[in-house]
Amino acid sequence: MDFQYFLELFFGGLTRGSIYALIALGYTLVYGIIQLINFAHGEVYMLGAFTALIVAGILGFTGFPAVGILLVAALVAVVWCAAYGYTLEKVAYKPLRGAPRLSPLISAIGMSIFLQNYVILAQTSDFVPFPRLIPEFDFLEYIDYIMGPSDLVILVTSTCTMIALTLFIHYTRMGKAMRATAQNRKMAMLLGIDADRIISLTFIIGSALAAVGGVLIASHMGQVNFNIGFLAGMKAFTAAVLGGIGSIPGAMVGGLVLGLCESFTTGYLSGNYEDVLAFGILILILIFRPDGILGKATVQKV
Amino acid sequence: MQRLIKSALVALWFVVLTFPIMGIKINTVTHSVDLRSDRMLMLALGIFILAAVWDWAFSRKSRGLPVISLPQGLGSSLARFCGSASVRRGSACAVLAGLIVMPWVSSLYQTNIMTSALLYIMLALGLNIVVGLAGQLVLGYAAFYAVGAYTYGLLYQYFGLGFWACLPLGGAMAVFFGLVLGFPVLRLRGDYLAIVTLGFGEIVRLTLQNWSTVTGGPRGVSNIPRPGLFGMDLTLEMSSTYLYYLVVAAVIITIIVISRLKNSRVGLALQALREDEIACEAMGINLTRVKLSAFALGSCWAGFAGVIFAAKTTFINPASFTFMDSAMILSMVVLGGMGSITGVVIAAVILILAPEYLRAFSEYRMLIFGMIMVLMMIFRPQGLVSGERATYRISALEGRAGKGEGA
Repeated sequence: MDFQYFLELFFGGLTRGSIYALIALGYTLVYGIIQLINFAHGEVYMLGAFTALIVAGILGFTGFPAVGILLVAALVAVVWCAAYGYTLEKVAYKPLRGAPRLSPLISAIGMSIFLQNYVILAQTSDFVPFPRLIPEFDFLEYIDYIMGPSDLVILVTSTCTMIALTLFIHYTRMGKAMRATAQNRKMAMLLGIDADRIISLTFIIGSALAAVGGVLIASHMGQVNFNIGFLAGMKAFTAAVLGGIGSIPGAMVGGLVLGLCESFTTGYLSGNYEDVLAFGILILILIFRPDGILGKATVQKV
Repeated sequence: MQRLIKSALVALWFVVLTFPIMGIKINTVTHSVDLRSDRMLMLALGIFILAAVWDWAFSRKSRGLPVISLPQGLGSSLARFCGSASVRRGSACAVLAGLIVMPWVSSLYQTNIMTSALLYIMLALGLNIVVGLAGQLVLGYAAFYAVGAYTYGLLYQYFGLGFWACLPLGGAMAVFFGLVLGFPVLRLRGDYLAIVTLGFGEIVRLTLQNWSTVTGGPRGVSNIPRPGLFGMDLTLEMSSTYLYYLVVAAVIITIIVISRLKNSRVGLALQALREDEIACEAMGINLTRVKLSAFALGSCWAGFAGVIFAAKTTFINPASFTFMDSAMILSMVVLGGMGSITGVVIAAVILILAPEYLRAFSEYRMLIFGMIMVLMMIFRPQGLVSGERATYRISALEGRAGKGEGA
């Protein structure tokens, strides 16, 4: 029984952790290229959840099958979030290239506040129920105490997404250009890489990943609110720093470690200080090992 | 013409971008989809105008021209007018007289609003020491405010201590927390510091919220007494007026202390820290001491403001000290101009009073705060009033330089 409880917590942690990892990738990608903490990234994730909610709401009236709705909603959310990410960069960060380091950070905080209130004003400030779209799987019946259908979908989707991202970064021309820009922007520009395009691409990819995370978590939790992006964003940032910011495998590892830590402390100790734990880890890491788990020697910047 | 076409395209892009969230509302009661085309039309028009202005502003900025400039003669004479000592003294006296008369000519409600505006001025000036003078971006400033408020609330609840005993204690507690935060983060620079202080702020808030046996949890602390005046029995109106004068005095003291601080040894060291850490250290300034004193000085004012806030509202709970409050104080500093006292005071007054008096505006308050932060960074990073820097003129050198130019 104890082992069962352990497994339950373990898989719960993995589920959470993979969502954190998906969002953390956005932070890490952007930080790797322009050394900016994209404060509004959590808000893009929230926008993803909201867009999916609205699309699912419309399709819900047409009597589509649930799986179809989920896929279409996710697709629309990904495309729109990518557009949000692109616009965000063009409006709030691009004019500040070359400004003192704090300027884009303050601009990012402003954008984050702006987007939260945009959703409050355009939609609502209450929690909105998100429809159950993930189907039941029969084969999970025997292990349903450790893993529900949404956990499985989250794990599989995020693993596939991360594998796809890794392949993209390593084996395509664009990915190569991204790695080059991260290593040395000036040199990359001299070699004919359009740095502006690469930066836009980074925001697009990061935002798309956040949208995937947003749709998954919304269907897992069953409700959405304008404020979900702040906490999730902070935790994902913690994950990115934990793994070593700028490093892609680092963000994945960091996300999983953070998810497991949270799951075990809530399970074995107390649930009250769950959020304090994440911030505590963040502070300790930044003070004692700012390079993260996958330290500088192995950091692979993108 | 080209600009108009470009703006139209931008407007189209934004309409498509914001369509799902702005244009569609699912009505869960009647199970129908509301299309809000009127909103989309307004948005398209707004974005079209904004994009044109944006484009124009950038074309000016890229040619090195200021985006907003006054006519030549007017600008310089205005500067001379504002710069003269007698005008400054006169306007300060006028503002002070206005503040003193205020509770007698306006309602209790107005006085209360003014009290909270003044409290925010105090907070913004305190944060201005850390962010504006020392250049250390702190995002968890509300935590120190909370420390001050809870110091009073809890000391009253458990030990029955009064306002005047708690005022210095609240300041001291905030300084203590400032140092607790300051020591470990000494090595962190810029953006990491911002995130750590944000985390610290959240930890303080979450602890206050969850440690219910001591802090009362989300319910907070209530029935905190207003400050007494020599044991007199005060009516609600009288005590509000008294508190108002107290805050006015506190703000005046804050302004005096900070303007003295600015040109003191510590203040100059803080500004050196902001400009360049390495050069600052090379000049023989002890970075550890300077950074810690920045944190201590900044958090001290938040502690005082917190105690006064607790006395004003007589009820505190963790919801008053969220990240949004920190961000609001920060946007006052950013809007006002980092390091400028006048600018920060004006910005705080605008940002607090505008939503109170323009009801239509209040709904959009945070939206506009966010926008201000972005736009200020892009078009006027030095703020409304750019921080006046002490400059030393050496006439002999200046004369020679002038001749050199002429030759």
